[in-house]
Amino acid sequence: MKSIRIIPRLDIKGPNLVKGIHLEGLRVLGKPWDFAYKYYQEGADELLYIDAVASLYGRNNLLDIVKKTSESAFIPLTVGGGIRSLDDIKNLLNAGADKVAINTGAIADPELITQAAQVFGSQCIVASIQSKHIAGKQIAFTDNGREITSYEVVAWAKQLVELGAGEILLTSIDCEGTGRGYDLELLEEIADTVPIPVIGCGGCGNQEHFLEAIQKGKVDAVSASSIFHYKYLSEILDFNDYEAEGNLEFKNQNRGSLNFMASRLMPTGIPDVKGYLQNHGIKCRMDGVVG
Amino acid sequence: MRSIVIVDYGMGNIFSIQKAFSAIGETAVISSCATTIKKADFIILPGVGAFERAMKELKTRNLIEAIYSFVQKQRPLLGICLGMQLLFTDSTEFGHHFGLDLIKGSVTKFRKPEEAGNRFKIPQIGWNSLYPPSQNKSLWQGTILKSIEAGSSFYFVHSYVCKPENKENILSETIYGIDTFCSATYSNAILGCQFHPEKSGPKGLQIYQDFLSI
Repeated sequence: MKSIRIIPRLDIKGPNLVKGIHLEGLRVLGKPWDFAYKYYQEGADELLYIDAVASLYGRNNLLDIVKKTSESAFIPLTVGGGIRSLDDIKNLLNAGADKVAINTGAIADPELITQAAQVFGSQCIVASIQSKHIAGKQIAFTDNGREITSYEVVAWAKQLVELGAGEILLTSIDCEGTGRGYDLELLEEIADTVPIPVIGCGGCGNQEHFLEAIQKGKVDAVSASSIFHYKYLSEILDFNDYEAEGNLEFKNQNRGSLNFMASRLMPTGIPDVKGYLQNHGIKCRMDGVVG
Repeated sequence: MRSIVIVDYGMGNIFSIQKAFSAIGETAVISSCATTIKKADFIILPGVGAFERAMKELKTRNLIEAIYSFVQKQRPLLGICLGMQLLFTDSTEFGHHFGLDLIKGSVTKFRKPEEAGNRFKIPQIGWNSLYPPSQNKSLWQGTILKSIEAGSSFYFVHSYVCKPENKENILSETIYGIDTFCSATYSNAILGCQFHPEKSGPKGLQIYQDFLSI
């Protein structure tokens, strides 16, 4: 059995780490950097940054966050959101990203995946698919879940492999932010179809969900956000290090919103998740805790 | 001051290697200048991408002779990922191509196991463990792995693996799918690792630290 990767996903809006439900209603949680470094120290296997509103804002914030991360967190970093050209990719790689995740840019111009793979190598081109159930079918969406496409997800995944993608980041919009668990059918269908690694994303609320995604969803890596973010938030005392941009409801309620998810979300740290998986026969990298 | 040079031939994310050296308090210079490389005390040969193109890029920049000249002085060279593969005689990636031939052996693709799902996909992308050949940990004394415990995890991204002709050039072994492959190689001061130390957390940084004391 090979090691399964545990990948914290950090959604970025401007200078802040945000989290929404079904990719919408983003609320500010804090500074991305603080969370990323915490996850590095806890033994995260990779980090994933997604710029949630890349098309609406300048990208300097993101490049700064990537640069700062790559100077102190020596694990692979994937960055996505608003990538439309080879220059966008080059800028992110030069800032310190190891891989880029491309969704909207690939739908708009599938050749971008091929060109990017030729120039930078398949290993750094992660095709991002955001899927939603529409009339019994899994349909790909773009613009962070806002725009529907004509692509059926399984066929699109196969096409992305042929285009030259090195990995697939598969997010279920239906499950995302709900804490009810991954879309296991969707994960398994894609993981069994493509010969490249699949990162499952969307819906994780407790450690059992990771196990299901690996055993039933058959993914090669599991990404999650709320479960880790809220665990970290419950541990930090100073909760005022953020910038006033975006939805501050969560902060203004003095973390009261933690209760809103309490029934479904069981905040858990990375070492505990890995320990749980290891106890259930899943191989994880256990020697990654820093310090 | 000792000079550490990261060979820039247009392949791969070399900035992260430079940042890793900064993190251990060392300054590594990125250069594609043959003279700078010949004069260096330590060189890092990075690389991500295809074997054939990498050799062409080295040749175009007149860096092959520079590397040979550096190696003749018995100074330490560390090849990383594709940079390790380039040290070998030849590769079967997209045809048949000759490498630097500093270590005898070939580079071939992983054998594909007949399994679906999350078993063993190619490329290998992720963390995997290093073991000394024949469980002989003493082989790691005085090498880049001297501070590393057997079984430690490092980050790999690759579809091809190195097969040294001479077993004495195998510094560590790693198992993936149905293959046990050479994950680190050495021949005197010529070293290579298939994994990315700069992406392997503190243990990876330790390898760069220990490379500088070779």
